[in-house]
Amino acid sequence: MPPKLSNPLKKNVSDLPKPPMPPLPPSLRPNPKPGPKEEVTVGEAAAAGGTSVVAWIDERTSGSGFLRGFLFRKVPKGTNWWYTLGSATMFAFIAQAFTGVFLAMYYTPSPTEAYESMRHVNNDVFLGEFVHGMHKWGATVMTVLVFVHMARTFVFGAYKYPRELNWIVGVLLLMMTMMMGFTGYLLPFDQRSFWATVVGVNLNGTGPIIGPYLADFLRAGSDFTATTLSRFYAIHMMLVPGLIGALIGAHLYLVAKLGTSAPPWKKADLPTSDEKRV
Amino acid sequence: MDARQKEQYLREYSALKAKGKPFFPYAVGKDGLMACVVLIVIILMSLILGAELGPKADPTTTSYVPRPEWYFFFLFELLRVIKPPELVFVATLGIPNIAIGLLVLLPFYDRGPERRPERRPIAMTCMVLTIVAMTYLTLLGSLAGSPTEIDMEVAPQYEYGKEVAANSGCLGCHKFGENGNDGPGPNLTKIGARLPKQAIERTLNNPTAPMPSFKDMPQAQKTALVDFLGQLR
Repeated sequence: MPPKLSNPLKKNVSDLPKPPMPPLPPSLRPNPKPGPKEEVTVGEAAAAGGTSVVAWIDERTSGSGFLRGFLFRKVPKGTNWWYTLGSATMFAFIAQAFTGVFLAMYYTPSPTEAYESMRHVNNDVFLGEFVHGMHKWGATVMTVLVFVHMARTFVFGAYKYPRELNWIVGVLLLMMTMMMGFTGYLLPFDQRSFWATVVGVNLNGTGPIIGPYLADFLRAGSDFTATTLSRFYAIHMMLVPGLIGALIGAHLYLVAKLGTSAPPWKKADLPTSDEKRV
Repeated sequence: MDARQKEQYLREYSALKAKGKPFFPYAVGKDGLMACVVLIVIILMSLILGAELGPKADPTTTSYVPRPEWYFFFLFELLRVIKPPELVFVATLGIPNIAIGLLVLLPFYDRGPERRPERRPIAMTCMVLTIVAMTYLTLLGSLAGSPTEIDMEVAPQYEYGKEVAANSGCLGCHKFGENGNDGPGPNLTKIGARLPKQAIERTLNNPTAPMPSFKDMPQAQKTALVDFLGQLR
């Protein structure tokens, strides 16, 4: 066997003489002795990351103070299940918005195609009739909840000082909810919804002074035309929901600001001011 | 409420509030549970009641009897309760507008400091009366029956005429057997015994007010309608 010739190119790198370090600034010099690595679990890392994201957002919004005030504000002693009706109404609205988005994906607001598009939703689309039904009956549930919530507020005298303005916002929300029912009823465009809407609009037209103008506005002219349907559609899915969202915001702001009303039967054991002044 | 009563209310309220529990998690928990109940109710209603469509809208049918969604029944029934035409605007806009006005202005005319319902007899009476009236009108509306169906047994050649009658709004003012409203128009269950076909057709073309004229109805439909009405005896 011939002696193994070492390939000069295959020389081990560590055998080579080390080149001198270039004059690097201290921050770029390699750390000569990396310390023992700290064990960080995935959970800890995620927590740290989460904290820093929250801190980043909070630094720019100062939202935590508001959130803390909103979430940990005290709710007076004695509030009961009747106090959940307002949030239940809001939840029904959110459900309506949610199912409404899915219906809007398939709906065509034209007199020739509206009915067929809803037939398509009912017959062909996966869970189509179910979502359509949720939207249709969700409207009923929301309307009932609005009325019951209003009755609760009335019985408990919660519209009195200092919550008068919130009552007015609530009445506006009631009107907007009824408006949603009225405009939404036309959209499936079957006989029932069509003629009910024709009569509904004509009823508006009998009103004093602004009545005829209101009817013309709703119909988009003096007759019921193709524009009428798209007008109702736009009112139903853009104008009124936007107003409801804004009004709910105002309603909630006032609730948080003024505090949830206490049940009228609850009395704090304070000396009444009359006794005090005597 | 005068300034003293306001101040007392605020003091009492802040004492009650101080003794209360935080919104989160106590109220939020209740609200969340309630939201689940609402969702389950909506889902069950959708599964049980469905969302069937009626026949497609047909703007050429002359007078389909419209029925609004049930929560508008109470407004719609006002029209039936208040009959004289010159008072219709009272029902359609007068009463609803006054009601909304009264609701909006409620905190301005009811300013007493008392909040307990048992000590606010006037307010509670008004509320009960309103609820009773709305419930009564809603029930009346729901019992008015389906306005597009006549449940009468007829010979097959009169089926089309029956359909025309059902879809032309006759039921709004006339009764056919079990269906339709009794008045303002006469009961038509046995109209064929009282009027010959020619007279029925004359009435359709030239009715006595307030019945609308069916002069413009397509002849084929009108003939079928007259044939159907003429055999009702």
